[in-house]
Amino acid sequence: MNRYSAWSLFRAGLERQRNWQPAWRDAEPKKAYDAIVIGGGGHGLATAYYLAKVHGIRNVALLERGWIGGGNTGRNTTVIRSNYFFPESTRFYDHALTLYEGLSRELNYNIMFSRRGMWTLAHDRHGLEVLRRSVNAMLRNGAEVELVGGEEVLRRIPGLCPTRFPVLAGLLQPRGGTARHDAVAWGYARAADGLGVDIIQNCEVLGFDIRGGAIRGVRTSRGDIASDRVGMAVAGHSSAMAKLAGFRLPIVSYALQAFVSEPMKPVLDTVVLAPATGVYVSQSDKGELVLGGALDLFPSYAQRGSLPALEQVAGGLIDMFPQFSRVRLLRQWAGIVDVVQDSTPILGQSPIDGLYLNCGWGTGGFKAIPAGGHCLAHVMATGKTHPLAAAFTLDRFRTGALIDEAAASGIAH
Amino acid sequence: MLLIDCPWCGPRSEREFRCGGESHIVRPETPDAVDDAAWADYLFYRHNTKGVSFERWLHRFGCGRWFNVARATTDHRLAAVYGMTDPRPELEDGR
Amino acid sequence: MSGTRVAGGVAIDRSHRLDFRWAGKQYRGFAGDTLASALLADGVRLFGRSFKYHRPRGLIAAGLDEPNAIVQIERGAATIPNLKAPYIELYDQLDAQPVNAWPSLGFDLMAVNGLFKRFIPAAFYYKTFMWPNWLLFEPLIRKAAGLGRAPQERDPDLYSQTSAHCDVLVVGGGIAGLAAALAAGRRGERVILATGGALWGGRLAGSDQLVEGQPATDWIAHTLAELDTLPNVLRRNRMLATGHYDQGLVALCERMTDHLPIDARIGPRQRLWHVRAGQVILATGAFERPLVFANNDLPGVMLAGAATAYLHRYGVLVGQNIVVATNNDSGWHAAMSLAQGGARIAAIVDARPSPATSLLAAAEALDITVRCGTAPEKAVGGKQVRAVDVARLDAASRLTGRTERLVCDTLLMSGGWNPAVHLHSQAGGALRLDPAQHSFMPAALPGSPSIGAAAGDFAIKTSLAAARGTEFVPVSTPIRPLWSLARTAEPDPLAWVDFQNDVTAADVALAARENFRSVEHLKRYTTLGMASDQGKTSNVNGIGILSQFLGRPMEAIGTTRFRPPYDPTTIGVFAGHRIGDGLAPRRRLALDAWHVAAGAKLEEYGGWMRPVAYLQEGETEAQAVAREVIAVRTRVGLFEASPLGKIEVKGPDAARFLDRIYVNTISTLKDGRCRYGVMLDENGTIFDDGVVTRLADDHFLVGTTSGHASAIAEILEEWLQCEWVDLRVLVQDVTTCWAVLTVAGPKARDVLQTLEGTIDWSASAFPHMQHRAGLIAGMNARVARVSFSGELSYEVSVPWRQADRLGERLTAAGAVHGLTPFGIEALMTMRIEKGFLHVGSETDGTTQPQDVGFAAVLANKKSDFVGRRSTRRPDSLRGDRRQLVGVAVDGPLPVEPGAHVVTPGREDAIGSEGWITSSAWSPTIGAPVALAMVNGGAARMGETVKIWDLGTWRKGRIVPPCRYDPDGSRLNG
Repeated sequence: MNRYSAWSLFRAGLERQRNWQPAWRDAEPKKAYDAIVIGGGGHGLATAYYLAKVHGIRNVALLERGWIGGGNTGRNTTVIRSNYFFPESTRFYDHALTLYEGLSRELNYNIMFSRRGMWTLAHDRHGLEVLRRSVNAMLRNGAEVELVGGEEVLRRIPGLCPTRFPVLAGLLQPRGGTARHDAVAWGYARAADGLGVDIIQNCEVLGFDIRGGAIRGVRTSRGDIASDRVGMAVAGHSSAMAKLAGFRLPIVSYALQAFVSEPMKPVLDTVVLAPATGVYVSQSDKGELVLGGALDLFPSYAQRGSLPALEQVAGGLIDMFPQFSRVRLLRQWAGIVDVVQDSTPILGQSPIDGLYLNCGWGTGGFKAIPAGGHCLAHVMATGKTHPLAAAFTLDRFRTGALIDEAAASGIAH
Repeated sequence: MLLIDCPWCGPRSEREFRCGGESHIVRPETPDAVDDAAWADYLFYRHNTKGVSFERWLHRFGCGRWFNVARATTDHRLAAVYGMTDPRPELEDGR
Repeated sequence: MSGTRVAGGVAIDRSHRLDFRWAGKQYRGFAGDTLASALLADGVRLFGRSFKYHRPRGLIAAGLDEPNAIVQIERGAATIPNLKAPYIELYDQLDAQPVNAWPSLGFDLMAVNGLFKRFIPAAFYYKTFMWPNWLLFEPLIRKAAGLGRAPQERDPDLYSQTSAHCDVLVVGGGIAGLAAALAAGRRGERVILATGGALWGGRLAGSDQLVEGQPATDWIAHTLAELDTLPNVLRRNRMLATGHYDQGLVALCERMTDHLPIDARIGPRQRLWHVRAGQVILATGAFERPLVFANNDLPGVMLAGAATAYLHRYGVLVGQNIVVATNNDSGWHAAMSLAQGGARIAAIVDARPSPATSLLAAAEALDITVRCGTAPEKAVGGKQVRAVDVARLDAASRLTGRTERLVCDTLLMSGGWNPAVHLHSQAGGALRLDPAQHSFMPAALPGSPSIGAAAGDFAIKTSLAAARGTEFVPVSTPIRPLWSLARTAEPDPLAWVDFQNDVTAADVALAARENFRSVEHLKRYTTLGMASDQGKTSNVNGIGILSQFLGRPMEAIGTTRFRPPYDPTTIGVFAGHRIGDGLAPRRRLALDAWHVAAGAKLEEYGGWMRPVAYLQEGETEAQAVAREVIAVRTRVGLFEASPLGKIEVKGPDAARFLDRIYVNTISTLKDGRCRYGVMLDENGTIFDDGVVTRLADDHFLVGTTSGHASAIAEILEEWLQCEWVDLRVLVQDVTTCWAVLTVAGPKARDVLQTLEGTIDWSASAFPHMQHRAGLIAGMNARVARVSFSGELSYEVSVPWRQADRLGERLTAAGAVHGLTPFGIEALMTMRIEKGFLHVGSETDGTTQPQDVGFAAVLANKKSDFVGRRSTRRPDSLRGDRRQLVGVAVDGPLPVEPGAHVVTPGREDAIGSEGWITSSAWSPTIGAPVALAMVNGGAARMGETVKIWDLGTWRKGRIVPPCRYDPDGSRLNG
């Protein structure tokens, strides 16, 4: 594997950039592996990487139906933050954030983690109380976060000029920000490949080999592959995958719409979320405004743009930044997200022995990638749930011990 | 934007409706008699079908009636619209 | 030199001159010109700088496929970034500036990037900037990126939206679209015909080519004239279809005033159409492909079809001495047209070894040099093209042999045509690779046929046949596919594929080499096709080069997904009316004007604009709240409670139904009595609370929290229609039928008694928690004696439109008793003093009834109700759940709601024991009061706790929630 650096780029320049090796090999599936990871998105790729890196399990196959990073990893609005309400969530997402901060150098791949801060606004007295409760919760949980008064928010976010929903205060998580989504997938893929993981694209899982309640392997479009340890990280398609294994999940899949404008010179150097409309916006390094909003209102597996969602998000954006009304929208698309009742992930054992789950991320999967991969690798390698994911069991739906982030903090998750 | 054929009002825009999620979920007759797992199944576990999904919709800004819809979740094609108490239709590509 | 105005030009009006500015200089053009055509006519060649290397770039296209000529128009509030010069209609005093160039377009310092090009290929940034971290480099990169500048001021324009239904929507105003619209129109169908540009006729506009025996210009004029006689046809130009959405919905953006001088603009700037049609006919035309050879981005290298368009539409000849390089017949036709228009055609270079003899003969007749089996190797020139080096192609389409230099001032290229399949693909239509055209063609799509060039049919006769629905077999002359033009398999690092994003053929090879071989990986890794033209000129070339480099067929590589909008579209037009209150209306109280006149400070609570407090001269909000509380506690106050939800539930099974809805038993309630009730969702979470009144045996009035009525009514309906279909119950939300004024305080009865009417207000006749209907001052009234303040209190409801009258009567009657209007904050202070629950403050998505003092009610009820089973799960039975308590805070100031409660000694530990949910300074008690949800709180009465807020600490003590009149003697009085 070529090592990436300014020096290697310079040397490659002298060679007209013709001597770069593949970022990852296109592997042929073998008959059996020590572990199989289903899903070539950020979570799956990170899982494969940490299996090899942390647990020394290198005989790993990563199976991807299409092309790696082609699902929600490559479709999301790239916001990274850990401003969660309950300690279980804060600790987990803070771990993800910490891993993100060192990820470019760990993977030797610039994922362009841009710590530009993430703002959540409060529009009325009740919103302010909820925000204050959240800020205090986060502070008590050790997250770096700040509660800022309305006028100060307007001063610190130039151009923010709300019309309909006033800004009474803002929650700033200075460590939050954005990263280049594709680079996260590619960086993990390249690093995992370097450690011996087989990344197998265009390989669809068609069924599971389950005997005596335990996993023995998977049936794929490229043949049967044996393994007694299988992890699945397939986000919005988790229910379909679980169906193949003969069980159901407490998940409903929805389309989450995303949008970018044409590229412009820098005008916005942070991420802003207005809870009243659910709309959030940042500006990419390329200069595009990157916009997101609420979920589509009905279950969906269609990764396509919706006009009602676009109109709602356009209205919400203009309410925050009326001057962006004349800016033009370049592109809209959608990703399929796996929504659970309490906006908290499911990470760990499935009802089948040896089959492990990484799902339930809803709209917040991207920011969790390093921790999601880290914890899935841990449970796959050791058979024990990682302490950071202890509360994220499937069993909580039976006991009622839901960690209701959405309801508690009033922040879109 | 979907065009939904309300059985009472005819085809109307998606904006007038609310999707109430999967239909044909049976509430346990005697909730106290079922165990926690069965109750969780009723509350949270869904088919979440990739393909034709049977779900209930409310014509919220219209007649105010709930009805059932068979909708392909992959391309939003409506395969059937039927009454709230009607049985689930047999569809060729149903689950 | 290049660019002159010659005869012809169907679009322009030479009698009407327009003045405009470009890059700070004055220019003149004609009405009907575009910014691009007017500048070309004036000899302007340099239009922009590329995104990354800031290379000088000229126009290559005549439509919205233009990648290079990206401009910013106007200044201040009216400015718009990133418009395409060929798509800007000229108007008088237009002010346009280049983007992404500093200090000027001609001399751009960032062009230094180009010198380092070999060291910064596609995606170089993934490989560097890691040490010490990206944050150090990001600001510089960000500054260099982006094109135009975002407006800084509020948009002065308005946008509208409209919906339309028709039998046939025809997208595209070329001859195929016109013929299709006319055919449908003649059949009597309702037709909408839309074209994105100002002109009708597409590529044949202004051409003298024969269409069904008449010159195209005449054919177009006649067709338009007939269309206008048909009342069932609506035709609109400047109306671009931007997206083909679910179930045939097409969104179109109509530019209504953008082409007018700024001071002549009236009405909405743009309008978004939502069109549903029985059939959507896609006559969207095709885009010409550039050829990919070294320096193909030099200004003066253009698409051949664009040059024809500038001549026919605007009478502009793009050059005087032109070389045409092509791999298909259309390049020859362009050459002939330009020769006729007065240009010298220096040569036609065709990649095909033997083009049709008719073409060769035509060239010979015009004495044009022809090179067959030949293709351009390199464009030569500094800031514009001066010559082109051409060489022969071998069987593998590699350049070979000696080069020949052809001197020219303009090089036109045609690499074949790509049907504009964007809308077809957005609608879910499949694509197939045409083996003769080497383009992706639309496969059949029910309800949305593609016709004409959009279907890969470039012949007039067959296009018209398809438009009229006749069976036809399109005949096309095969092209010779040319992807990367180079002497070796290694693509050239200066052969540009995506002009705007500066992606070269070598970058495509680099991506392939690094295993970014999926077409989506190629796009994302190199940014090919992600610029503001969305790859209209570059995508298929990129796929071809990748295919050539990998030796894999193009159909196996496929295309990237086509995303709406088709062309960048104003965000404001999507928002439409969704600005200000159009985004979310603010609801006004019945006595809105009265409150304002009384000095109320209004704020939004749950969608309603409600009085916070009534501020008197010199009063702070806190002082006003204290004064209002004291007034209610000692005399009497008036509060508008109209937003309180009011739902009528009626029918033989109403009582049974409500027993299933409430935690409480409702069926035992007697007529005319009220009962406080709590509702759960099926997950056991407290969803709402309020007072239920039994109006008659089969008739209840369900009270809900403000702003929650419609949601509750909807849920009641859902249970009735979807689950308990056998119950005979009707539900009606009557919230806004009744205005509600609450009269509260020890003097409340005295005030109400002075109003004439039929209600006996005496304590014995009308006790607490009862309801009376009757006449008050001639108005039909419903009165509930209930209290959220803890004082003697009556909620008086009258029909909404009579609220003013009731208000007047009460104020008059209350004057002697010192009746004081009070706002939300005073009410909240009083309910906190009383320890009354406020759903949404004390409760969240995890709160169950046993957490807030309803454990006994829960335990006592025998029958099932919504959510009961969930309160019996293991987690619901934990003793250490968060529970509602009061907190007595040390010190004179209230704590902030949202502060957290911590056990002394655990100040340094992670987490907290709960949080303050409500808090106020109590003028009644003379101390701060607070409610909190605390882990195991019910068993912790008297415990000392620490209270954390943003790093500060306070002390407090856990106490019962109710701090005022715990036995309720005042509200019962």
